[in-house]
Parts: sequence; structure tokens; C-alpha cells
Amino acid sequence: MAFIEIKDVRFSYAMEAGAEKEVLHGINLDIGQGAFVALLGHNGCGKSTMAKLLNGMLSPSSGQVLIDGLDAGLEENQLPVRRQVGLVLQNPDNQLVAGIVEEDVAFGPENLGVPPEEIRRRVDEALKAVDMYHYREHAPHKLSGGQKQRVAIAGVIAMETKCIVLDEPTAMLDPRGRQEVMETITRLNREKGITIVLITHYMDEAVQAGRVVVMDKGQVLMDGTPQHVFKQVERLKRHDLDVPQATELCYRLRAAGVALPDIPLSVEECVGMFRNLLR
Amino acid sequence: MTILETRNLTYKYGIGTPFEKTAVEDVSIEIERGEFLGVIGHTGSGKSTLIQMLNGLIRPTSGQVLLEGKDIWAEPKKIRDVRFKVGMVFQYPEYQLFEETVLKDIMFGPKNMGLSDAQAQARAEEAAAFTGLKAELLEKSPFELSGGEKRRAAIAGVIAMDPEVLVLDEPTAGLDPRGRDVLLTQITQYHKKRGNTVLLVSHSMEDIGRTADRLLVMNSSRCAYLSPTQEVFAQSGKLEGMGLRVPQITKIVQALERLGCPVDPSTLTVDHALKQLIPYFKQLNPGKEA
Repeated sequence: MAFIEIKDVRFSYAMEAGAEKEVLHGINLDIGQGAFVALLGHNGCGKSTMAKLLNGMLSPSSGQVLIDGLDAGLEENQLPVRRQVGLVLQNPDNQLVAGIVEEDVAFGPENLGVPPEEIRRRVDEALKAVDMYHYREHAPHKLSGGQKQRVAIAGVIAMETKCIVLDEPTAMLDPRGRQEVMETITRLNREKGITIVLITHYMDEAVQAGRVVVMDKGQVLMDGTPQHVFKQVERLKRHDLDVPQATELCYRLRAAGVALPDIPLSVEECVGMFRNLLR
Repeated sequence: MTILETRNLTYKYGIGTPFEKTAVEDVSIEIERGEFLGVIGHTGSGKSTLIQMLNGLIRPTSGQVLLEGKDIWAEPKKIRDVRFKVGMVFQYPEYQLFEETVLKDIMFGPKNMGLSDAQAQARAEEAAAFTGLKAELLEKSPFELSGGEKRRAAIAGVIAMDPEVLVLDEPTAGLDPRGRDVLLTQITQYHKKRGNTVLLVSHSMEDIGRTADRLLVMNSSRCAYLSPTQEVFAQSGKLEGMGLRVPQITKIVQALERLGCPVDPSTLTVDHALKQLIPYFKQLNPGKEA
């Protein structure tokens, strides 16, 4: 049994006059414990709906979302599911609640009724894990966007969730902030084994995941390693998606008849390949 | 010719409190009429405060903003006119839609300027076309539109005022790659056709590299650069020190140059890189074509 099992999930939003609009048309996905999955797709393809189904904020119209075997769509499972799956959203200003960083991180465990000494330990550990321990007594509103998002992530970690779902966490951040958040989630995944589901429009972020799932019109269009998915440049473009510039450059060089050994996904891979080639 | 100029522009928040902070310090720049200027800088670098001073939304602590040679605060009662001439599209402008129909929403600005209903409607229809908003959407409620369509409607609302200077703060944030592409193309086409001045604030160096003639780089409340885009992106080390970076493609090309490949290190787009690299690799390995 996989940690997250999505079985034939359909979801419809209620529209005016009793009408319904189905946005997910039968999704099947298994996500193993400790996986790092990037979820791609254009605006309106159902990605954010998926995020909300994963932690029980929405219930499927039909089918099931199982988190560690628990049906996330059932009301009685809401609390245990949210302890397992934390959600981090796009706008860092909408998800910080307290006036001091460490109090904000403590908010989650306090609500779970965790004893005070245990809260202290968890808050310190969570802030260290996102490299924000030095800022524990600062005011959240004075932090940069990247720092705010890391505090939001610490708030989720302090609840000892096994999985973090991030819905475009870097859309509002500057380049350094984006890098800080990406480094934090890759480290949490690698060192703490936390399962990561990252929803993003940035292809250079998606290539850092272990698995890429592309959604289109409420269905899974592609599912595989970044190498597998991003090499299908034409197919991605047909579905209004993009590839990293490094990938596009090498794909088009090859198409023009230049013999390249590989299609790289990142600047580093690309430069490494050219270095070998030009040696 | 200069359209907007700042002289020793400074803005301090919370003066006289323990939280006093200088957001913009001694910025003196000249913005040329008709140019496409990219504005970059890390969070808190002062770029938002600066652009808010350019259309008189906030009043400088010291220094001046000159629009067509005139201090915009010379007659504070006329500051509204400045806001019509320097149009501002804020981040996530779709949250500011409020009218019953998309058309009425776009007409709101021009009507405020004192135009008749007919004139305002003509302006609104033209602006909607500029942003690629389909005519059949104009009679709908703004809340029936998709996220990308709402964003277009909000931008059209500012374009309809026909500002001399259009300032766009992160217009593509949260849009998918295709949406980003289309919107940027529309903005550059608008700029070409109207010939007015556009300021694009963005964290996406790829977007900036594709569109801007010149770049204003803000760092720690000051203007670090105001130079042609290619010159700024040639300074990748200094930009990284400011929490910024160059587009991926520029980084690759700069590495290739260090490897001895004869490429222009200020290449900003994949198309430009390909134009140089395809002939180079072909002459390098004529026998090894795939």
C-alpha cells in the first residue's frame, strides 16, 4: 500500500442554479512515502483541487483519496489526515498568524494539544530544519518572502506531518527566495524523508523532483522521472507547457543536426555536457 | 527625451518611531519616453516604494519626481492627473475587479477621467483587444472569468486610460508558462503600437530578458544600475550578490564563452543562442551530424 493512494477520483464544483462543473475526471495516482513529486499543468487543470483533496479540505465527488490507509474524504478522518499532510500556499502573508516567528510555528502543535516542553522541542527543531532558528524571535511581517515561506513550512513540520503539499510556494518570491524555498524542501525530503508534493509553474523547479506528474484537463497526461517527461518537448509544448531553457536549447540544437549525447534538464548538466564536448 | 525623472528621491517609513526605515535612498534616474524599462531587485530592495512614488501614490520624504519636466507635487491638488498619465497595474490586479460586467469595469478608469460613456466604451473595447480579451467576455461578470482572463481585464482597465507611462508590477505572477508567454507578447505589442513608455517589474529574469530594452536594478534602497539589459546581465556575479540572477540561457552562454566558444555573453534568449551555436557546432564537428 502506497502512502498516498488516489483512486478514480472525480471532483465537481457546484455552479449556479444547481449545475456542476467536473474538474477532475478520474485520477489514479500512488505516491510512496518519502517521494518528491512535482505536479505540473496549466491554470485550471485541477492541480490546486488535487492539493486540497490531499489534506481533506475537499472531498472527492467519487473515488477515494487514502492517506496512509485513511480515507481523507471522511469527516471523522479530517484531523488525523491533516496531521499527516500539511499544506503551504502561494501567498506567505496569508498563512502566518502570530506576531513572533516561534509563536507562529507553535500554533499548529498547540492546537493539537501537544505538551509545552514537547512544543518547545518541536519548534526549535522545525526552525533549525528550515534554517530560520536565528530569526525565532523576529516579527514575521518583517521577513523577506522566502523567509516567510520557510516559517510557514516550519509550522507544518512542527506538526510532525509526514507529507507537505506546496501549492506554488515560490510564485511571489524573488530569485533568492525561490532558491531558499527549493533548497529547504529538497533537504527536508532527503534528510527527513518527508514526502513532498510540489505544485509549480516553474520548470526549473520541477526538474529537481524525483517524479513529475503532468495534468491536463483534469486528467494525468504524463507521469515519470523528470528525464522521461521533459525530453518530450514537443508534447509538452502542444499542451501549452514549457521546458527549462537548458532543455529547450539542447533539444533544438539536436533538431538542427548538432550531435549531442544527451538532453540536459538544468544549467549545471548542460554546462557539464558542453565542457566534455568541447574538451 | 526624458518622460519621467527622479532627483535625489528618498522615502522613509515610520519617521520618528523606532521602526524608521529608509526604503528608497537618493535615487536620481531618467526614464526615456517610449522605452521598455525592466525593474528588478530583491524583496525589500525599494522597487515597489519607488514605483509608487512615480505616480504620486506616496509622497517622497525628500527629492523630486518630474513628469514631462514638472514636479508632480508642485500642485498637490492635481495629483490625480499624474495618476492618469502614469498608469499602475498592481500585483494580482484581478482582486480589484468589482463592477457588474467586465466592460463596466474596464470603463471605470476612463469615466473617472471625465470621458463620456461612448468614449469610455470605445477606449475599453480597444484596451480589451490589446490584452487579448475576447469581445464576448465583455458582458459577463468579472467573477465568471478564469484567473488569466481576470488578469487581462484588470490590465485593460489601466490601458483604457491611455497612460503615457504604464507600470506593471509582476503581471505574470501565478500564470502558467503559456499564459505568461501570451501576456508578455501582448504587452510588447501594445508597447510597439502605442509607442508609450512601459515599466515592467518582475522577479522572472527570463521575462525581463525577453522584453526590456533597459534595466533599472534596485539594491538596498538604491539604484544599482540603469543600463541596457545586455550590459546588466553581463554582470552575473554582481547580480547574484544582490540576490538576483541572469536568465538560464545567459548563464549557459556565459559558461560556453569561458570554454572558448565564440558567443555573445549577453545573449538573452534561446533563439539568439541558437543562431550563434548551430553554425559553431556544425563547423566544429562537420562529420558527426546526427
